Formats: sequence, structure tokens, C-alpha cells
Amino acid sequence: MATLDSKIPQGPLADKWTNHKNNIRLVNPANKRKIDVIVVGTGLAGGSAAATLAELGYNVKAFCYQDSPRRAHSIAAQGGINAAKNYQGDGDSVYRLFYDTIKGGDYRSREGNVYRLAEVSGNIIDQCVAQGVPFARDYGGLLDNRSFGGVLVSRTFYAKGQTGQQLLLGAYSAMNRQIAKGKISMYNRHEMLDVVVVDGKARGIIARNLITGEIERHSAHAVVIASGGYGNVFFLSTNAMGSNATAAWKIHKRGAYFANPCYTQIHPTCIPVHGDQQSKLTLMSESLRNDGRIWVPKKLEDAQAVREGKLKPTDIPEEERDYYLERRYPSFGNLVPRDVASRAAKERCDAGFGVVNNSTKEGVFLDFASAIERYGKEQAHIQGIHNPSKEKITALGEEVVASKYGNLFDMYRQITDDNPYKTPMKIYPAVHYTMGGIWVDYNLMTTVPGLYAIGEANFSDHGANRLGASALMQGLADGYFVLPYTIGDYLADDIRTGPIPTDTPEFDEAEKNVTGQIQQLINNNGKHSVDYFHKKLGLIMWNKVGMARNAKGLNEAIHEISELREQFWKEVKVPGTAEEFNQELEKAGRVADFLELGELFARDALERNESCGGHYREEYQTEEGEAKRDDENYTYVAAWEYTGKPSEAIMHKEDLEFKNVELKTRSYK
Amino acid sequence: MNLTLKIWRQKNANTKGAMETYKVENISPDSSFLEMLDILNDQLVNEGKEPVAFDHDCREGICGMCSLQINGEPHGPGRGITTCQLHMRKFKDGDTIYIEPFRARAFPVIKDLVVDRSAFDRIQHAGGYISVNTSGNTQDANGIPIEKHKADKAFDAATCIGCGACVAACKNASAMLFTSAKVSQFALLPQGETEATERVMNMVKQMDLEGFGNCTNTGACEIECPKGISLENIARMNREYLKASVK
Amino acid sequence: MSGFIKSSIARKVAMALSAIFLLLFLLQHFIINFSSVLSADLFNEFSHFMGTNPLVQFILQPILIFGVVFHFVMGFILEAKNKSARNIKYVQYKGNANSSWMSRNMIYSGIVILAFLGLHFYDFWFPEIAHKYVHFLPEDPNRYFGEMVEKFHDPVRVALYCIAFVLLALHLLHGFSSSFQSVGFNNKYTPAVKKIGKAYAILIPLGFIFIALFHYFNSL
Repeated sequence: MATLDSKIPQGPLADKWTNHKNNIRLVNPANKRKIDVIVVGTGLAGGSAAATLAELGYNVKAFCYQDSPRRAHSIAAQGGINAAKNYQGDGDSVYRLFYDTIKGGDYRSREGNVYRLAEVSGNIIDQCVAQGVPFARDYGGLLDNRSFGGVLVSRTFYAKGQTGQQLLLGAYSAMNRQIAKGKISMYNRHEMLDVVVVDGKARGIIARNLITGEIERHSAHAVVIASGGYGNVFFLSTNAMGSNATAAWKIHKRGAYFANPCYTQIHPTCIPVHGDQQSKLTLMSESLRNDGRIWVPKKLEDAQAVREGKLKPTDIPEEERDYYLERRYPSFGNLVPRDVASRAAKERCDAGFGVVNNSTKEGVFLDFASAIERYGKEQAHIQGIHNPSKEKITALGEEVVASKYGNLFDMYRQITDDNPYKTPMKIYPAVHYTMGGIWVDYNLMTTVPGLYAIGEANFSDHGANRLGASALMQGLADGYFVLPYTIGDYLADDIRTGPIPTDTPEFDEAEKNVTGQIQQLINNNGKHSVDYFHKKLGLIMWNKVGMARNAKGLNEAIHEISELREQFWKEVKVPGTAEEFNQELEKAGRVADFLELGELFARDALERNESCGGHYREEYQTEEGEAKRDDENYTYVAAWEYTGKPSEAIMHKEDLEFKNVELKTRSYK
Repeated sequence: MNLTLKIWRQKNANTKGAMETYKVENISPDSSFLEMLDILNDQLVNEGKEPVAFDHDCREGICGMCSLQINGEPHGPGRGITTCQLHMRKFKDGDTIYIEPFRARAFPVIKDLVVDRSAFDRIQHAGGYISVNTSGNTQDANGIPIEKHKADKAFDAATCIGCGACVAACKNASAMLFTSAKVSQFALLPQGETEATERVMNMVKQMDLEGFGNCTNTGACEIECPKGISLENIARMNREYLKASVK
Repeated sequence: MSGFIKSSIARKVAMALSAIFLLLFLLQHFIINFSSVLSADLFNEFSHFMGTNPLVQFILQPILIFGVVFHFVMGFILEAKNKSARNIKYVQYKGNANSSWMSRNMIYSGIVILAFLGLHFYDFWFPEIAHKYVHFLPEDPNRYFGEMVEKFHDPVRVALYCIAFVLLALHLLHGFSSSFQSVGFNNKYTPAVKKIGKAYAILIPLGFIFIALFHYFNSL
């Protein structure tokens, strides 16, 4: 059993990273040429790591399941990326970014890691601009910022609603330069299906060529997992259809501990489910809450009439509306953090006030009418129009709203066929991001030597809840500025190792393991499609391990998931063969892993007898229904060791020490 | 809604394909086009048949993975959207819908509706980057002010998602809009100036090598582009190319 | 020629430059032809100058011939390449949803124009060359108008002439603005260029048709 040593450097918080960099071992350039590194996943974390490692001189092999690295799901991030640049002169600093992130994470993340993240955040912006990433600029030609997610400063850099895309294309371009030089060998449409551990060290992977079905062996001196989060365990999420936990889960089964799987972010503003044919949920940027007011009808019969299409929301008078966020949290109002907003929406819908006509009646209004009126009056004043008509005000206001959120409104209209300028949007929370992930130490190394996890795939920086615009920051920090340095400390021992052979028993065993599972799936001759099981798993997860959890439900979930898994292996039907392009087979392997991960997820949620961040246990709430943290007993990271059955995993605790911040109850009242 | 689907089926790159007919029933008009195909596939799996292979991933119109020529148009009817953003309410009950892969010599079919667009990646390898290493101390991001108008134009060009609709729509299967978007993004930014000559020469050379057709300015690419990348970018690339040629 | 200009953009620019040259030539040709409507003497005077001036005859004329041949040959080369860029055709291809008929069928309008040029050469250019450089017949500065008018007595020829100019109009409706785009001209003046292009593409061929019909009806 590996011991949980987080390897946080000694010394004052602000000097830890610098001291660490000054003291870790380096590999000289001539020796880097002799060292191979595998990077799995090419999103912001994997793409930036692959490019930087190649620039440093390592031979990189990068893998992605998509047809090009440019398609990784980081591309879908809308809002922006935080950085403590203080360009706006509003008092931002590395410390403030650090503090906001720790507090936003409900005091469940490591001080050392988070401070480092805040420290390198500025470099990310410098690097991206140098690469030609077209961030938004003001008329003076300097970079523009917006505020985000209820923090007190404007530190978010953005490129309209497509910041993730622009940053990813930046990392992709850096990769392209290295691919052209031959320093990165790119394996598109390849899926990693196992990691190979030789003498206790990660030395390669087994990957399937998704076009030919060929099982390939790839060796390296170190393996980096950057395969993203596991939100698709819920079936419906804002993740891409292909986003999966397979790489992370396979390394977990080979000895990497999985930390805090129950920390999942449910994003409050997504388009509600429309029916059971739905495959995917769409996020509406958090920025909409800056101007939109969230409400449901005050009367149950009004809510029902709205659902039945007999009553239009615009016909409900002001006094019959319940702006529940403004009512419950007067000081933050509609701008409370994501977890709080999501739970409040669930509370109202559970009480029967939901406004969407779907099977669960889940949905609330996000209304821009008052913003349109306010902006309209403002514009009329600016344009010197006296006594403007109501129509004029509305027209002017709509123009302003369109200039701010036009693309989001268009997207909404496209999907729902409703005009959000004229009638309130309907929204509901959806699974969006997973804070939990593979446990890593300060160097981002997992409990398996030579095996690293970066980006959303690891657990490190967001604690129990992630702040808006911080995911991009963490992915790029890990990939550009942390891993490429820390990995050298490990690889310094490998300069004389020489190429790792792939004809060893360890590779044989791993390949046999992979082909065994594939054959089992292909030859199963069952009766249900893969999606049948995925949807069932999703429902269990959403109902019992979703926004609000309790011990009874979690116990049931563990049991039900384990039964579903058994049924899956007996009854799943995978058409076609293993030696061809076979999307059902790809899905089957991923769902098989989700069916194990879901169980561990529920177990973790059951063990954490407190409410913190994205993890809300109904048993642990204040009288007013707010989350109740238990700092005395649960200020630790739960890192799970695989033993065979997911719910029987062994928990290892890493205690979290807070020397620089005081643990406080988050209050948004 | 009940629909008749005519879909291109092709086992792999080495076999010949053909159109086949399928029926789907009870499709909700609120479903997306790809959800409709999911339903068809579920049906096929349950009937013991091979499901239709098609590329898709983010399903929110940004990753560029989904393709499909629907009723003769890339990403189907509707403007400014990808196939995953196309909803069934755009069709009528009883419609017959033709679904084919994006067609170009440079985009060989892998299976059914899945094509190989790695030609696009190779064009990017030829010069779609600024040669700057990762270091903790590049020039400060506000070191070079960039005129807002130019920065916005560079952004507009940079929003290309690399889906290949421009190639699919073009009667010549030309990749000029795709290539010019990247050339334009960097041509408009001071960071890109240093390598402008090599970039445009190398990217165009690679584009030609891949076997894409020539641009005849029909403008189909601009109309069908889900991100509205402008033809202005092609003109800019032509200028850049001329400038580079006489250098 | 394809070895001479290798890259797709170079070819496209060459195509556009030859097109712009031909546009200028066409305008000049139109002006001279139109003079025949105004006065036979004026037309004869222009024609005599063009037919005997050594600069026109031995410098501009070969350039023009090169331009015409280049434009056609390159057009065919590009078309062949473009066709092969899509080796398997769509079962359904809705070109009219995103582009004009003219832009998609330049090769066909071009072929019709080429066929017409054959007729035109047979009618005017070959006899003219034979007159001057084969038979060395004496120059009569007043022969041109009569020779020209005579060709428009035949209604079939006039009809062919009109059809060819309709196709030329279609060719120009796309070609004019397209040639500007090809040489990299796309800016705030582009809407104006498009308008001028449209006017040129319609008015010039219409003018040629008018001239043909004018002489035909005068001959009745």
C-alpha cells in the first residue's frame, strides 16, 4: 500500500512553489531526448502538457479518442479564465484569488496547491496572448475583464462566450508546432484501455485504435492522465457524449487512489430536460445570472397551469411570483454560488413549483424582463429620449441584452423554440464538472510512481466546489507550468533506463486484460443496448446521488448500481466486431467503468457525514436548510484504494491543514 | 413525427457504400437531429442490426466533431448551426431525409457517415501556430496593445471549429475558408507577423497537397459555415499569399 | 502551364488577372462596336486604326490572344482538378441553397462563350488575318462597316450571337466580383464593386445584343 504523502514543500505559503522549483531535480537537455512520456487526453491540461514537455525535449506520445486534439471538451467552456493580474486595479492579488478559491471550495482543498494555482495564473494569460489567443480587448487595446460567480473583483479574462475554445486552440497550436517537429507523436482516435505497471512504476499503456480495432502497446518512462472528469456517470450532463472516466478508472484499478468522488458540481443554469429521448444537456453561461432573475410561481395552481400550457408566465403578476433566491439570500440574491443556487431550485421544484412540462416537472424561470426595462430606460436617458413609450424602452433594452448575451439567447431559442426576449427562459441544474478525481501529490503524481494526473482528472485544487472560470485556469496551470517541471524530478532517475520494451509479461498481462473485456462484451449476445444501462445508471445517480443525498438513498444506490452492473454484464448487447470501427463497443467499455465508479461515488457520499460544497447531505443542514459542514471530523481528503468491489474500497485520509486561512461558514444571506 | 431516412452505409474505407432506407417513428419535434439518429441506432441494435456510425461529441455546436450532409446541405437546413444543434422541428412529419457523409477526396470515409478529416490537422501542422515556447515569463499580456477592431476580427476568424462544412458545401471541395481562417487570425495580430510569410506559404502548400479543390468564390462555404466565418478571410489569405510570394 | 503556376492561389490569381484584362478588352470592344450604331464612318475609323496600328496588331493582339487562351486553358485545368477533388458525388446536393447558379456553372457559360468565340473568329478574325497577312490585299479604310453589317443579315447567326451574350452576362455576373475577391480585394468598397460588376455584367452584353439586333433589323 502506498502511503499518502502530499509532499507539500515546507516554508511560508508564498515561497513554497519557488523553493520547490529551486530544489527539485532537473533532467539535462541531452538526456530528455532519451525519455518518452505518454499523455492521455488533449484538452487544456493534456494539450498544454504535451506541448510543453515536447518543447522541453521529451519525446511525447499523445492520445485522444476524438479525431483531432482540437475537439477535447475543454472547447465548450464558455465564460472565461481567472487570473490574478489585477489589470483593473480593483485590489486583486494572488492571495485574494487563493483565498476565494479555498473559500469557494468550502475549505476542502490543499492550501499549497491552491496558492500555486493562483501564483501561476498570471503566467497563463501572458503565455496565451503570446500564442495569439484573441482575448477580448477594450478600446485602448488592452485586455478586458469581467466579474464572475459572486467574487468581489473582475479577474476573468474572456473571448466572448468561447473562452475554452480559444484557449484550447492555443494549446492545440502549440501541439501542432511540436507535431510538425516530430517531438509529439499524435494518436487520434485512440482510446487508452489500461496502464502498464512494471516494477511498481507506470511504464506504458494499452490503447485501442478506434478505426481498426487494433490493440496497441505503447511504452514510456512516465504516463500522464489528462482525460477529464466523470460527469457522464449521470448519463445526462453538460459533458461531451464521449467524455468518459475509463482512463482514470483503469489507473485506479491499477493502484492509483481515487479522491473525493462525491464532489460533483451541478450547474444551476442549464436548459431543462425535454423528454426521454434526450441525450445531452446544454449549459447556459453563469454570466446570465448577472442580469436574469430566477423565480417560480407563488401558487401551486399557477405552477400547474404553466406546466399545462394554460397560463403564460408573462401573465403572472409580480406579486404572485416567488423570487426565491432574492428572498432567501438578500445580500447575494441571484448571484449566490453555483451549489447554493442549484439546491434552491431543487427545493422549489420538489415542493411542486416547477414550471417545465417534463416527467419530473423540473425547471424554474430565468427572467430578463426587469433587466430589459432597466437597460431600456438607461439607454433612453443616454439617447436623450424624454418620456419614452413602453415599446421604445423594451426595444432599447432588448438591444442591450442582445449585445451582452446574444449568442446565448440564440442558442436557447435554437434548442427550445422559445423567444427568451419575450418570455422568461426555463432553466434547471445539470451535472457539469467533477471536483473529485485521481488523488495526486503536490507534484501531481498519483500513488503509482511515474503515473501523473492533471486537469479535471485529478482532484487537487477545487475542494468541494469549483468557482466559475477556474477550471480553465487549473487545466492550463497543470499542463503549462506545473507538471512539466515536477515530472523532471521523477524522470531524473530514468536517464539511463533506455527505451522501455513492450514485449514483457506486464504488457502481455495488460493486453490480455483488455482483449478479455472486449471479447466478453462482443460475444455477450445480450438483449439490451449500452444506452439502456447508461440511462438506468444515470437515473439512479441523479435521484439518489444527485443534488441532495441521504444515507438511505445512498445505501440503495450502492445496492442498485451493483445489481445493474451484474445485469449489464449478463444482458448487454454489443453489435459488430472488435476489429472495426465500433462505436457501441467504445460506449460499452466506458459504461462498464461508470457502473463501477458510480458505486464508489455513492460510497464516498455515504461516508462523508456532512454537507460541503457540491456534496449535500439532507441529514446535515441548518434549521434554514443551509449546508452544514463538519470541520472537526471531515477536514480531510478521502482517497480510495481499489480492492475489487468498488463499495468495498479502502479509504485513506489525507488531513487538510489550514495555516493561512480561517475556516468559516459560507454565508450568502 | 414519422420519417423516412436514406442513409449512406459503408462498412469501411475499402468497401463500396450505398444508400439504404430506414424508418423511424414517434420522434419528438424537440429532439435534436442526432438524438433522432440515436433512436434509430437503438432500434437497429434491438433488431440485431449494425447501428449507423456517425461522428459527434459535445452536442452543443462547438467541438466540430459532428458533420453530415443532410438533404444536400452540410449540417442540414438552417444557418449558423452544426448538425447537433439542428432540431427535428425543422422537418415535417412524413419527410424523407437524405443523410450522407461530407464528401471530398481529402476526407475519405472511415465508416458509414464518419470521415477522416486529419487533412485539416496536417494543414495546421504546416504553420497554424506562433512559435513561442512555454515559459513562466513571456512578455506581459498587456505589453502589446492591440486595436480592438483588429482583435475582434482575429477572434471572429479564430472561432472556426474545423468541422469541414466549408469543404462539404463547396462544389470544388476547397478548404480555403478553413485555411484562411487560421492565416487571418495570425495575420491580424502583431504576434503573428514574424512568421507570416512562411505560415501562408506552408499552409497553402499543404492544403494543395491534401487534394482539396480550388476556390472559385461561389461563397457556399460562408453561407454554410456554422460559425459564420467570412469570405473576407479568403481575400486576406490571397493578399497574404501574394505578399509572401513577392518577398 | 500548370507547371508554371503550381499553387492553387497563384492559379486563382492568374485566372483573376486574365479575367480583369479581358473585362477591359471587352469594354473597349463594346465601345468600338457601339460606334457602329452611331455612325458608319466613326466605326470605320476606329476599326482602321485597330486593324493597322502596329502596336495594337503586334503587341496588344498577341497579349490578348495569350490572355484568352490562358483564361480558357487554366479554366479547364482548374475545373478538372476541382472535379477530382470530390471523387464520390453526393446523391443529393443542394447547391442553390448556398450559391448562385452562375457561380457554380462558370465552366458551362465559359464553354458556350468559347464556342461563340470560334464563330466570331470564323466570321471576323480569320477573314481579317487572311485579308491582311495571307493575301496581302490592299487596305480600304472604309470596308469595315459593310463587312460587319453583312454578318448580321442571317437571323440564325444573330440568335446564336444573342444566346452567347446571355451566357456571357451570366459568366460576368459571378466573374466580375469574383476576380476582385481572388486578388485579395475585399473591403468596405466590396459592395460597390459588386454593384458595378452587376451593372457591367448586364449592360455590356445587353449592349452587344442591342448592336446585333440593331443591324439585323436595319437590314430587313
